[in-house]
Amino acid sequence: MKKAALLLLATFVAIIVFSQEEQKHKLPSVEIKNVNGIPFNTSDIDNDGDPVIISFWALWCKPCIRELNTISDVYPDWQDETGVKLYAVSIDDVRSSSKVLPFANGNDWDYEILLDPNKDFARAMNVNLIPHMFILDGEGNIVWQHTSFAEGGELEVIETVRKIAAGEELSQ
Amino acid sequence: MKRLFVLTTLFAFYAGGISAQGFLKGGQVHGNFEIDAQYYQPDDKLGITDSSLAGKVYGMNAFGNLIYTNGGFSAGLRYEAYLPPLNGFDARYEGQGIPYWFAGYQGDKFEITVGHFYEQFGNGLVLRSYEEWALGYDNNFNGARIKYQPFDGVYLKALAGTQRFFWEPYEDDNRGIVKGFDAEFYLNDMIPGLREKKTRIVLGGSFVSKYEKAKTKSILVDTTRYVYEFPENVAAMAGRVNLIHGGFNLVGEYAYKMNDPSAMNGFIYKPGEALFTSLSYSQKGFGVTLSAKRIDNMSFKSGILEQSNALDINYLPPLTKQHLYSLPTLYPYATQPNGEMGVQAQLVYTIPRKSKIGGKYGTKIEVNYSKINALEKEAVEPGIPIDSTGTLGYRSNFFSFGELEYYEDLNIKLSRKFNSKFKASVSYFNMKYNIDVIEGHPGEPMVYANIGVLDMTYKLDYTKSLRLELQGLFTEQDRGDWATVLLEYNVAPKWFFSIMDEYNYGNPDDDMQLHYYNAAVAYVLHSTRIALSYGRQREGLLCVGGVCRQVPASNGFTLNITSSF
Repeated sequence: MKKAALLLLATFVAIIVFSQEEQKHKLPSVEIKNVNGIPFNTSDIDNDGDPVIISFWALWCKPCIRELNTISDVYPDWQDETGVKLYAVSIDDVRSSSKVLPFANGNDWDYEILLDPNKDFARAMNVNLIPHMFILDGEGNIVWQHTSFAEGGELEVIETVRKIAAGEELSQ
Repeated sequence: MKRLFVLTTLFAFYAGGISAQGFLKGGQVHGNFEIDAQYYQPDDKLGITDSSLAGKVYGMNAFGNLIYTNGGFSAGLRYEAYLPPLNGFDARYEGQGIPYWFAGYQGDKFEITVGHFYEQFGNGLVLRSYEEWALGYDNNFNGARIKYQPFDGVYLKALAGTQRFFWEPYEDDNRGIVKGFDAEFYLNDMIPGLREKKTRIVLGGSFVSKYEKAKTKSILVDTTRYVYEFPENVAAMAGRVNLIHGGFNLVGEYAYKMNDPSAMNGFIYKPGEALFTSLSYSQKGFGVTLSAKRIDNMSFKSGILEQSNALDINYLPPLTKQHLYSLPTLYPYATQPNGEMGVQAQLVYTIPRKSKIGGKYGTKIEVNYSKINALEKEAVEPGIPIDSTGTLGYRSNFFSFGELEYYEDLNIKLSRKFNSKFKASVSYFNMKYNIDVIEGHPGEPMVYANIGVLDMTYKLDYTKSLRLELQGLFTEQDRGDWATVLLEYNVAPKWFFSIMDEYNYGNPDDDMQLHYYNAAVAYVLHSTRIALSYGRQREGLLCVGGVCRQVPASNGFTLNITSSF
């Protein structure tokens, strides 16, 4: 059993080594739900060639809510300037997934809200801790990611989005 | 041996892939890992001595995930190590290995997965497998799953598998086999006449069956010995509906489980039932949710004798708010799978910006109320006590609340940004907590607690900020009054510093009026986070989602490293 496990691990390492081509990561295709409970495939996350922010959050995560509230104050300006769109993916389970939309609306958020109640999308994106944010360029490549939030953290986010909107290469 | 075969086959499959470069073209590999390590120190005040540590001065939980995707194909694995498990995690985790690996293919209308997988049918009342690393919870299925979409708006799923039980390989006498089928119908997508209708209707149904080789159990009542006949197959089914109209959203699911005597329900033969409903309405600036549920003898495990947080087939969500501050989490609620009635209401409102009360940036109000009681129970027949083992247990009116209270919580939070530098929130909680039932402390009185929290953030400049939390918990019961001070200094987006003291100044035992101090520093670079903390950890219950873990008191260093790539 152990040997087989080791072999498997070795194979994966080999795959990593062999597959290091110059290639950017795309979003996986995972069937989750939109905020009303209607199926939504994550490969449909799109913003007509403009940058996309994906933020994993939950009602029980205080820094996540702080982050989304902070961005909410400047979101209209960000959108005017860069055309960016933010998808806020809640990983709340059924205990509170039906409270997500009332909470988002109650807080006056203008984000696209998605529900990932069994963390299928979070798992496919290798999200350990939330808040975890990803930024996609206009072609849908994942070009930046970050975990944790403190006041002022949003500045790095918009800086990154601006660079992408201006067509600059990122060196993360 | 069978597993070895499967693993080897999978290996051969991959190895074949490596030689065929075409397979790798367009492939992507990504993953993540986490290492949580603790160094424990003796602490006389907490009753931790060299002999109670028994040589286990270190604990480490770690995992690493790798996922390979190429077009519709994906494969992945997770390695875990508990050497030894951190304090408070199930000792049966000790060891290391690969408890989760899978290979799958996703086509246009179907998806197939072999190996391990996580799944949820509807709201999870009859089937949900998931993992919570922080709790040491993982009930993944090992088997096969197919998802199929035969027509627009119709989603079918079928699966069969056995569940993870720490590191123990499956044997037919250590757990059962679970099979399940689920169908979901989005009527608006199926019926052309409904396509443009404003009202959206979703219907769904699930069927789950557990097969477990019968064990025998006998009991002695007076002088007669009774032998239990356990059902080898236990079926559970559920129906659900979701209606959406404008800002309204109604969710409802009813589940029924056939007789399933187990260690969890004291070996009664009563069928189980559960109802979960939620109605919400929201528009910009305002949202309200009302929920209600009934749980009646609904523990459903693939191991008839299992009583710990393992081998759960279904998920029974608690209808209480998951609190964000440390003192309110002193009294967390956990669903009572054998029976409870609950209601919850939540309101979120933003007083508009630039209004007289709202201020320049608006003011947010959150109100939440939940109440959970026991079921009302009557004897099945006169002369047979309620919950007698080997009987139908009890009778219960579907809509009535029992008199015994489990939990009640009213809380209000106001938050406001005053100017570009300063924001603050104030919260109040009023709780009633049946510590006897929820934490299993027989005879302890109901805890009545009042809690207040003041949370202030001040921005020093663009990236530097200070955050101060002041919390107070006041109760005559349990461990008495607490006060907490937390100060954070953050330099976004990389550095996080904090010091915290939780002071149990009201403990009725003078020797236990302790300071639980803690200092922490964390460094974040993109998706890598390294955190080190030192201090005391108070004893308590850590709950995420539906399950809880008892965290013992400890003192020492904690190191967490996480990274995604």
